[in-house]
Amino acid sequence: MAGFAPVRHIVGVAAPLLRANVDTDAIIPSREIKGVAKTGLAEGLFADWRYLAAGSRMPDPSFILNDPRFAHAPILLAGANFGCGSSREHAVWALGEYGVRAIVAPSFAPIFRGNCVSNGIIPVVLDAATILAIADAGAPAAIDLPTQTLVSGTITVSFDIDPETKVILTEGLDAIDRTLRQGDAIAAFHAADRIARPWVYLESIS
Amino acid sequence: MTNPRTLLTKLWDAHVVASLSAGEDLIAIDRIFLHERTGSIALRSLAASGRHVLDPGRVFAVTDHIVDTLPGRTGSRVPGGDVFLDATREETRKAGIRLFDVQDPDQGIVHVISPELAIVLPGVTLVCPDSHSCSQGALGALAWGIGSTEAEHAMATGTLRMSKPKAMRVTFDGRLAPGVTAKDMALALIATHGAGGGKGHAIEFAGEAVRALDIEGRLTLCNMATEFSAVTGFVAPDEAVFAYLDGRRFAPRGAAWEAALATWRTLATEPGARFDREIAIDASSIEPMVSWGTSPQSSVPISAVVPPARIGDAESHARALDYMALDAGQPLRGIPIDAAFIGSCTNSRLSDLRRAAAILDGRRVAPGVTAIVVPGSSAVRRAAEAEGLDRIFTAAGFEWRMSGCSLCFYAGGDGFAPGSRVISSTNRNFEGRQGPGIRTHIASPEMVAASAIAGAIADPRVIARVEAL
Ligand code: SF4
Repeated sequence: MAGFAPVRHIVGVAAPLLRANVDTDAIIPSREIKGVAKTGLAEGLFADWRYLAAGSRMPDPSFILNDPRFAHAPILLAGANFGCGSSREHAVWALGEYGVRAIVAPSFAPIFRGNCVSNGIIPVVLDAATILAIADAGAPAAIDLPTQTLVSGTITVSFDIDPETKVILTEGLDAIDRTLRQGDAIAAFHAADRIARPWVYLESIS
Repeated sequence: MTNPRTLLTKLWDAHVVASLSAGEDLIAIDRIFLHERTGSIALRSLAASGRHVLDPGRVFAVTDHIVDTLPGRTGSRVPGGDVFLDATREETRKAGIRLFDVQDPDQGIVHVISPELAIVLPGVTLVCPDSHSCSQGALGALAWGIGSTEAEHAMATGTLRMSKPKAMRVTFDGRLAPGVTAKDMALALIATHGAGGGKGHAIEFAGEAVRALDIEGRLTLCNMATEFSAVTGFVAPDEAVFAYLDGRRFAPRGAAWEAALATWRTLATEPGARFDREIAIDASSIEPMVSWGTSPQSSVPISAVVPPARIGDAESHARALDYMALDAGQPLRGIPIDAAFIGSCTNSRLSDLRRAAAILDGRRVAPGVTAIVVPGSSAVRRAAEAEGLDRIFTAAGFEWRMSGCSLCFYAGGDGFAPGSRVISSTNRNFEGRQGPGIRTHIASPEMVAASAIAGAIADPRVIARVEAL
């Protein structure tokens, strides 16, 4: 079972949301999380900024994604420490459902970054000056994961991404399936560890 | 001769199941804790994929995030909240996972009850789909927050795929001045080195001032590691930790306890071990801290003023001041507040409540200030009531509640009056964290108590000094 469709090339509008420390409460406020599901979240995306009043659905024209040029942009240009705060994966599910396929930021909060990879969203790390230049030029961007390059107008940059993340994203691999193939190693670890650290292992209740 | 090892390396090496490609390891996970807000989805999704929980005996769940905290509660007052509670009940029952539900005497905030019940132990790996899981590093564990999908992975396989974080040591030399707490240590660290300062690192908190903290103080300090962008934080376990755990519900007993102790006593960084980064802070120079902006790094000593923007920071600085309705140069002390909140996994344990109550004893909350205290667990609540702390709080004009996350964050149910300025013993002052338009100032429980009395942000040491006269 694949976790998500493989992601290799992303082409499209890049919406600039150039604020540092955008937290997951801002990406999706807790009150917008209404069901035990990974879907139905796009409407609540950035609700505090996107709508004029809490609970309303009147678009705030000053918010970037309400600018018709940037609506449903597949690429988000962001500030440092993007996705900090709560671990809620809803932030990534909401972004994905809205149509975001890649986020370009100087840095990501670690749990958020992991959640992106789990859901097929590319976390691209570039320095702040380059991100600003891309935003200022305002051209659409093309991200090619296999070659680790981003092209936008006259700007061409390469970016680093660890090989494991690259494989997972480009193949659309399900991490659980991959790990379950290590079943023997896991069983062997537990057998030895039960002897070394018996206090770690607890009785089951059922 | 092997190289001297950091505690991080010892904890990591003890859990490597296999080395994967590219510096990634498969790491054994000893404990998984779930709460209803994010855990319910992980359990549902795992069940829907046809997979099962590898070892349910080492998975725990609690209802804390959206449970009602008013006395006589039955469920949630968050719109749609009962759906999360019901899903958690159903899925934990089907999977054979222990659940501490609303009425359970052991119910409470996950990071408060896990140490209370000795679910977290020195040397274990513990994960929870909650960013403040790092709190539990206070017991000498490697504990960190994950996403829901990773929680599924941990439950199904008993492992996670991870790269080893870089090692950072933060040493607090010297002693804290009276009236200065673990919360102030955390805020001073983040204010000095920035909210991104711990990025990519696991932090060992060390030094005389850390050793001198009791377990509850260490939990407060480690709690804020995630606000420093660290993967986690921890303190090497010592005799204080072992004494704390001895006899608690899930702690080993008898021969197993002795064997565990022998192992736990080896859990320290070896002399000469190399860290990727070291930070030293003079603990004696730390003052009670309070935040003025919308990130924990926007914190200053109580004697300071709202600082001017730094270079390159003008836009976000202006935005924060606009949200907080403050001006640069304005003294923090004396800013009028509308509400005071004591609670959360940062500062809601018995010692927190005792220190706040000592300030409130015989005094009254200023007119017009809404004041609420929410014990971190049902056990804390009982212990506080046995000491009469609840009566001190209520006599002072605080509302005394049932345990849970409560007003630490806004989920659409309970909230402060729109636009309120709140002084709060919590960990996050983000825009909207405690409700749309709510202006949060984070501080220690004693500063919250002192400010509630003054009706404005106040230095808790002033009241202590008056007392001494
Ligand atoms: S008390 Fe607040 S910070 Fe702690 S787990 Fe609950 S919601 Fe999160």
